[in-house]
Amino acid sequence: MFDKDLRTMIDDVKDGRMNRRAFVQRMIAVGLTAPMANQILSLGGVAMAQSPNPYKPTKRGGGGPLKLLWWQGPTLLNPHFATGTKDQDGSRLFYEPLASWDADGHLNPILAAEIPSIQNGGLSKDAKTVVWKLKPGVKWHDGKPVTADDLVFNWEYATDPATAAVSGGTYADMTVEKVDDLTIRITFKQPTPFWANAFVGAYGCIIPKHLFAEYKGSKSREAPNNLKPVGTGPYKFVEFKPGDLVRGEINPDYHMANRPYFDTLEMKGGGDAVSAARAVIQTGEYDFAWNIQVEDEVLLRLEKGGKGKTLYAVGGDIEFIAVNFTDPNTEVDGERSSMKTKHPILSDARVRKALALLVDRDSIKKVIYGRAGRTTANYLNGPEEFVSKNTKWEFSIEKASALLDEAGWKVGGDGIREKDGKKLKLLYQTSINGPRQKTQAIVKQACQKAGIDVELKSVVASVFFSSDVANPDTYAKFYADIEMFQIPMTQPDPALHMRRYHSREVATKDNKWQGRNFPRWVNKDFDAAVDAADTETDPIKRADLYVKANDLMWQDTVVIPVMHRAAVEACSNTLRPALSGWANQTDNLQDWYREG
Amino acid sequence: MSQYILRRLMIAIPSLLGISLVLFVVLALAPGDPFGELATNPNVPPEVQAALRAKFGLDDPIYLRYLHWLAAMAQGDWGFSFVSRMNVDTLILQRLPTTLYVIGSAQLLALAIAIPVGVYAATRPYSIFDQIANTFAFIGFSLPTFFTGILFILIFSVKLDWLPFVYSTDIKATGIAWALEMIRQAIMPVMVLGLFQAASMTRFVRSAMLDVIRLDYVTTARAKGLGQAKVIVKHVMRNAMIPVVTLIALQMPAVFGGAIVTEQIFRIPGIGSLLISSILANDTPVVMAVTFVFACLVVLFNLIADVLYGWLDPRISFR
Repeated sequence: MFDKDLRTMIDDVKDGRMNRRAFVQRMIAVGLTAPMANQILSLGGVAMAQSPNPYKPTKRGGGGPLKLLWWQGPTLLNPHFATGTKDQDGSRLFYEPLASWDADGHLNPILAAEIPSIQNGGLSKDAKTVVWKLKPGVKWHDGKPVTADDLVFNWEYATDPATAAVSGGTYADMTVEKVDDLTIRITFKQPTPFWANAFVGAYGCIIPKHLFAEYKGSKSREAPNNLKPVGTGPYKFVEFKPGDLVRGEINPDYHMANRPYFDTLEMKGGGDAVSAARAVIQTGEYDFAWNIQVEDEVLLRLEKGGKGKTLYAVGGDIEFIAVNFTDPNTEVDGERSSMKTKHPILSDARVRKALALLVDRDSIKKVIYGRAGRTTANYLNGPEEFVSKNTKWEFSIEKASALLDEAGWKVGGDGIREKDGKKLKLLYQTSINGPRQKTQAIVKQACQKAGIDVELKSVVASVFFSSDVANPDTYAKFYADIEMFQIPMTQPDPALHMRRYHSREVATKDNKWQGRNFPRWVNKDFDAAVDAADTETDPIKRADLYVKANDLMWQDTVVIPVMHRAAVEACSNTLRPALSGWANQTDNLQDWYREG
Repeated sequence: MSQYILRRLMIAIPSLLGISLVLFVVLALAPGDPFGELATNPNVPPEVQAALRAKFGLDDPIYLRYLHWLAAMAQGDWGFSFVSRMNVDTLILQRLPTTLYVIGSAQLLALAIAIPVGVYAATRPYSIFDQIANTFAFIGFSLPTFFTGILFILIFSVKLDWLPFVYSTDIKATGIAWALEMIRQAIMPVMVLGLFQAASMTRFVRSAMLDVIRLDYVTTARAKGLGQAKVIVKHVMRNAMIPVVTLIALQMPAVFGGAIVTEQIFRIPGIGSLLISSILANDTPVVMAVTFVFACLVVLFNLIADVLYGWLDPRISFR
C-alpha cells in the first residue's frame, strides 16, 4: 500500500502537483528521513535538490587564518594513496571530487555542473550508466583547465594495479569514457543502484592528468606532486611537513562564488585528543579539532565557560560485538575458527540471545559514550530509509538466565554455568582503546551475574586490524568467542556495509583471511537479500531488502550492536563549519566561515 | 692519535652491522601492519591491502628484506616511508632543525644550571645553598617530564594564558618578532626538559667536584697562595670534568634523537615524535633509519668523548 502511494506522490512531485518540501514532510511523517526522501525522489526521476550548506559571507576572502588541529597529522597528500582519514582530510584541502555528501546524506555538487538524475539524463533506468558533466571553466591551481580527460585519467590511475592506489576498489568494475571535453560516461558491469561512489567523497578526489600522467603505475611514488598537490580546491598548497603541518592559502580563482572565506589555512598534526580538545575549547589557540574521542565527562568540563564547544555528526558508524559461529579452539587442516567446525557454545541461538540481553547499552551510553552515542538494536543505522523498525533490544539478566537454563546450562557450585561437565566460559577480545576496555568490563559484570565466565583480552589496534597473515590476533582470524570493534560507514549507502556478511565473504585460510565475513555466519536468505539489493534499481524495494538483511542478522544474533556512534569534533564558538556524518570533516570546507 | 681514531672507526663497523641486524630483526618480528587502517574501511577491498603488502615487500622473508635494506643503505639510500610514500632522509632532515633547536637549548640550559650550581655546592658542602640545591635536584629528577609538561601547560597556558602549548613551525612574522615568538613557544618544552636534565647533572657535577676537591694537589695549589677562584676553575674543575664530559657526550645523541614524551605533549615536530608516530603506524623503514642513525651517533660521540679525555688530562694516552 505504501509502495503505491509513494509512486503516486513521486509522480505528483514530477508533475509539479506537489512540491518537494511537502513530499519530504509527508515522508518524515511516515518515519523516513529527509535524505531518504530525497534519494527516493532522485531514483524516482526527480532531480536532487542542490542543497548547499548555509553560507553567509558575501565576498571571497577576508576571514583571516583558519587553524585546524588534527591530532594525527596527514602523512601524505595524494587522495589515491590516502590510507587513513587523516590523509584523506589533508588531501581534500586541495583536491576536490565531483560531488560531496552533505549533512543529510545528499549529494552536493562540487566540480560537477549538476547531480546526475534520470530526469536530466545522467542516470539510465537500468542503473548501468552514469553521465557526469563538469562545471565549465574550472581551473587547476596552476591555471590549466579541468577536462573530462582528467576524470578518465583518475580512473586509469586508480585501477592500474602497479600504482598501488588504495582507491582501486572505488573505481573497480566500471569503465569510464570521455563523451566530450566536459562530460564522461561511467558504464558499470552490473546494474549499480548506488552509482555515487566513483568520483564522489574522499576517494573520488581528482588529481590533474598533466602532472601525474608520467607517474601512473610503478613510478607512482616518484611523482613530485605527491607532496605538492595542485588541485582545484578552495585553498592552494603552500607547505607540507608529513605528520606535522599542512599549509594553504586562498585560491583567488575558486569556482564557487564568494568562497572561500578564510585567507590562509593551517592543519597542525600531532599530540593527543584531550589536549587537542583543550586547545580548541579551553584556550582557543585553534579553531577546530578532529575526532575528539574523549570521555564526555572531560568534554563537559572543558566546555564550561570555554571558548568552544563540541559538535556531533551522525553517520552510520557502529560499535558492535560479533559472535563467532565456528570453533576457535579446534584446529582443522591447520586452521582455527575453521568453517568445518561449529562453535560448541555459541552455535546455540539461545546462548547468543542471552548474550545480547546481557549488554547494558544504556549504562554504556551513560558512562562511556555520552552525547557521542545512540543505543540501537540494528547493525544498519542509516541513512534513515534503510533503518529497520522491526527490531528491539533490552537488558535483562533474568531473561538471559532463563534462556541459558532452557539451553541446558545449569549453574554450578562456583556460580558458573555448566553443561555436560563443560563450563560456560567465553573469550571476549577487542582492540586497546579506553572506551572499549570499559565496555568489556560492563559486559563482563553482567555476564558474571548470569553465570557466564568471560575472559577479557585486548590487542594493540595495529595488530588487531592488521592483515598480517602470520599473526593470530587479528580481528579477521577471530581466535576468540566474541569480539568487539567499530565498522565505519563511509558513504550513505549500505551496499558495502552489508555485503561483508555474505557467505562468499567468509574469512578463511584459503583467502588468507581477507574475507570480510569474520563471524563466519552463513545464511541463505541473507545472501539472497544482499545479492538482490546489489542490482535492484527500485529504491524502495532495495531499501526493503537491506532492512530484511539487517533483521536477519538481528534474529540470528550475528552481531550485538553496542553503540551507534557519532563523530565528535571540537569547534570554536565563532566558527561555522559544514560537517556531515557521511563525509570526512574537510569535505565541505569551501562552505566554512566565521561569525561573530 | 689519527691512527687511534682510525682504529676506533674500523672497530665501529662490525658493531654497527650487528646493531642494524638486531634492530631489523626485532622490527620485522614485531607484529603489525602499516596498512592496518584500511582493514575496516568498507571502501577498500582486502585485495588492495594485500597488493600493497606485496608491493612494498612486506611478505618477503626477513633475511632478504635485511639484505635489500643493507645494500640500499650502503649506497646512501635510506629507503622510503610506507606511510608517507616519500624518502626517509627527507622526512628526517625536515624534522632535524626543530629537534636540534629545542633539545639543544634544553641541554645548554641544563649545563648552564648544573655546572655553576654543582661547583658552588661542592665548594660549600652541607651549607644552606647545598641543601637547597640538593632538595631541588631530587624533586627535579623525581618528577617525570610528562607530569611537569602537563603541569606547565595547565599553569602557563590554561590558567595564566601566557604561553602557547602547541608548537608551531610556521610562524607568520619576520625578524625580531619571529625570533621572539620562536623563543616564547620553546620556553615550556625547554624548561621541562632542561630542568629535568639539570637536576641529575647537578648531582653528578657536585660529586665529581667533591672527589677532586679533597685531593692533595688542590691543597698544594692553595698553599702556594692561589686565589679560590683560580684553584676551583683551573685545578679542580678541569679534572672533575672528565666524568662529566662522558655524561654529556652520551647525552649528545639524544639531542639529535629528540625527546619522545616532551615532543608529543607540546606537539613539537621533532625526531622523537616522528619515531613514535612511525612506530605506531608500523612504518618500519622510518623506525629503522631513526634508530640506526641514533646508534651511529652513540658510537661517534663515545669516540669524541675518548678524544676529549686526552685534551682534558694529558696523562691519558692513545694507543
